[in-house]
Amino acid sequence: MIPGLRALCVALILGLWAVPSMAVIETYEFSDPELEQRYRQLSEELRCPKCQNQNIAASNAPISRDLRRLLYEQLEAGATDEEIRDYMVARYGEFVLYRPRFTGVNVLLWLAPVLLLVAGGVVLFLVLRSRGAPSRQGSGMSEDERARVRELLREGEDGA
Amino acid sequence: MGARLKLFLPLFLFAILALFLFRGLSLDPREMPSALIDRPLPQFSLPALGAQRQLAREDITGEVSLLNVWATWCISCRVEHPYLQRLADEGVPIYGLNYKDEDVAARRWLDELGNPYRLNIADHQGTLGLDLGVFGAPETYLLDADGVVRYRHVGVVDDNVWQTVLRPLYRELKLAEAAP
Repeated sequence: MIPGLRALCVALILGLWAVPSMAVIETYEFSDPELEQRYRQLSEELRCPKCQNQNIAASNAPISRDLRRLLYEQLEAGATDEEIRDYMVARYGEFVLYRPRFTGVNVLLWLAPVLLLVAGGVVLFLVLRSRGAPSRQGSGMSEDERARVRELLREGEDGA
Repeated sequence: MGARLKLFLPLFLFAILALFLFRGLSLDPREMPSALIDRPLPQFSLPALGAQRQLAREDITGEVSLLNVWATWCISCRVEHPYLQRLADEGVPIYGLNYKDEDVAARRWLDELGNPYRLNIADHQGTLGLDLGVFGAPETYLLDADGVVRYRHVGVVDDNVWQTVLRPLYRELKLAEAAP
């Protein structure tokens, strides 16, 4: 193997292990490790209003930086998770919650998978039952045709 | 259901799905209603841009008006600026929320490009922006005479937005204001 190629292969393989970094620039010193844990949890559950498909933990948008600072300040001030969520929702709407609440129209969102699963199960049950059960209308052959089939089958047996 | 019709079931399901997906193509995910719609503008106490005084909620409410969030670092705001000037010249009261900006740069901007704003709130830290749920500039809020947020537009206000969205709402609120 060409030495250069080998190095290239190693580099490519190593590259596969490089996961996208979730780290953000600023770090906060928490007075209590438990607060830091909640900070991680909440910053991953809160959605960046600007970028829409990122949480505030992963986003570098200025608004996410502001919200992280706010989250830090509120946690240090002793706010509960629910108070912080309420605060954010009051300003940015339900949109900021990546874990929607079980209220109002969101109930539909939460129950849709279950409802769809039940609906799918019902369809599956009906299809399987109609397949498994012998047809009520019989094979659709008249008595004459049936006699002919029997005759043919007998002939086949005799011939074998 | 006839056996033949059953064969078309996947096609029907596909058609319904396609309908939803097609609708999705023309939806703008940025178009989010503000969480403050039909709620009063939050209280604040912030310095006025270019004047030695503090501004509060009462200073910018009292008639139907626009509250425009802008900054000198915001490129779209520069695009929007001439149109705001035109609206101001037509007599639409516009207040500015100078969002996370530097006073010197903001004042130079107004000197050079003109000042369509009756008053400018200097929100250096973005605290009022946060209470309003601002997530970028420009944003424009339509306030009624009582200082209640009636509409929020995210992005540049141009002739199209004004004529089709903001002006009808603005006129409606004006009429409501005139006839108590």
